[in-house]
Amino acid sequence: MSETLIVAEHLRGAMRDVTGELVTAARLLGNPVAVAVIARDPSRLEVTYEGVDEIVGVPVEQAEFENDVYQHALEALIAERQPEVVLLGFTVNSMGYGPAVAAKLDLGFASDVHGLALDGEAVIATRSFYGGKVDAELEFPEGRPVLLLIRPTAFAPAPSGGSPSTSAFSVEVPSSRARHVDFREAAVGDVDITTADFLLSIGRGVGEQDAIPQFERLAEKLGAVLSVSRPLVDAGWMPNARQVGQSGKTVKPKVYLALGISGAVQHLAGMKTSGTIIAVNTDPEAAIFNVAHYGAVADLFDVADELEKLS
Amino acid sequence: MKIVVCVKQVAVLGDEVEFTDDARDVDPDFLDASLNEWDSYATEEALRIRENAGSDGDEIVVVSVGDGDVEPAMRRCLAMGADRATRIDHSGSRDPITIARLLAPVVNAESPDLVFCGVQSSDAVQAATGTALAELLDLARVAVVTRIELDTGARRATVHRELEGGLVDVTEVDTPALLTIQTGINQPRYATLRAIKQAEQEPIQLVAAGEEGEPAYRVRRMFAPPKGEGAELLDGSAADIARRIAGIVQERLK
Repeated sequence: MSETLIVAEHLRGAMRDVTGELVTAARLLGNPVAVAVIARDPSRLEVTYEGVDEIVGVPVEQAEFENDVYQHALEALIAERQPEVVLLGFTVNSMGYGPAVAAKLDLGFASDVHGLALDGEAVIATRSFYGGKVDAELEFPEGRPVLLLIRPTAFAPAPSGGSPSTSAFSVEVPSSRARHVDFREAAVGDVDITTADFLLSIGRGVGEQDAIPQFERLAEKLGAVLSVSRPLVDAGWMPNARQVGQSGKTVKPKVYLALGISGAVQHLAGMKTSGTIIAVNTDPEAAIFNVAHYGAVADLFDVADELEKLS
Repeated sequence: MKIVVCVKQVAVLGDEVEFTDDARDVDPDFLDASLNEWDSYATEEALRIRENAGSDGDEIVVVSVGDGDVEPAMRRCLAMGADRATRIDHSGSRDPITIARLLAPVVNAESPDLVFCGVQSSDAVQAATGTALAELLDLARVAVVTRIELDTGARRATVHRELEGGLVDVTEVDTPALLTIQTGINQPRYATLRAIKQAEQEPIQLVAAGEEGEPAYRVRRMFAPPKGEGAELLDGSAADIARRIAGIVQERLK
């Protein structure tokens, strides 16, 4: 039977949002939807999404994600169930094993997929190239399963509900070559950017570390909290606690004013649901303008200087 | 110890874009090139491991896939301090599984102790080549690494795997291993002008591409993304823009 197989993502005993988003994506393909839960005790992780036909519990010894375990389990599931399409989240965990499964089994493959459609029987995936500035429709080799890593937040989570059947699938997993030891929490900063109503957010466009105090002053004058995109944290100019994006904080202020942020996918994922997004960037094609409500193609320093004069 | 660093010269698209006649790619005239940012961190990490170990005998080899146009990125790594570079001559499919297949025999022939790849490339953001390559080399691997502590005697490393939200998964990995390197793991050094000049003279070993097999995907159509609702454009002078922004902020925070 042809089906779409999803591998559920969970962390420290909780299902992650992306799992519900994968269900929405899977339903676009029409086939029955099965969700595999690979966990020490799969029954403790609730999969309650409308549109799921079957939940496949895959009990393993490891409580947390290890890429060898997931790879082995997914390969066994594919051999047993022969799905037409396999959907994983485009997440750090999936990056550790999804491409390995595709390489080993010679599957069709694409990652960071944000659109999905059928053309007749064929799966067509949409993803971006060239730094998010262009989109492309991809087609896949005929006659083999396609493994897709779906961009988090690209699809709305499936509504809760459903009355799926459940089954168990046992798999012998070899010992892991990369073993989970411990979790370390992200550093806690002096401010919590997730609770601010107004974020003034700066990015690579500020150019140098010496420019940062100017924006700290501007934020204070405007009554905003200063946040940043990843490159400023990578450079060691600002602490991780101020970082907006997938590897930083997800924020939803009333106003998000982005100066000199081009809008990498991982950044957009962390702020695109903000109430009002205003972006200033010199590049008119910057991806940030695709999510902004208001945009200005201008030099951020000129605008910052004028904003400072006003306040 | 030998470390192989797989690097990519990425395409940088400027303010304008036009597509090729078959609409399957961007017209190359509209592209600039640079060393992938993630790969500069991967190269730096390899250099640091060598320097911290104080073992001059360690070798750092840069490998890339592409035509002659990708050599500047490789030379940038040589200028940073890598010892030699091998280019796999190829100008066909660029899906990550194909690239991994082309890299595999060349990396394998080096018998490296560690293989580094950037987490992803800034142009394609596929985050897949490294993990696919690890599979083809039958190597232990960890993706999205922000810290490496090697225990060479015990043939293992303790690494930090950076999860969403900045949560760190401390992972113990057997070596040899392939690690995909995240930005921020270090501060990549600038190559000196002198080193850049010297690197221009260094030979780059050329090897023919092996069997590439069927691509993992084909581009059917490439196009400018639909603008969402569309940002309302604020134009005029910087002062005009600032006044509009101040007005919008005031309105929304009421």
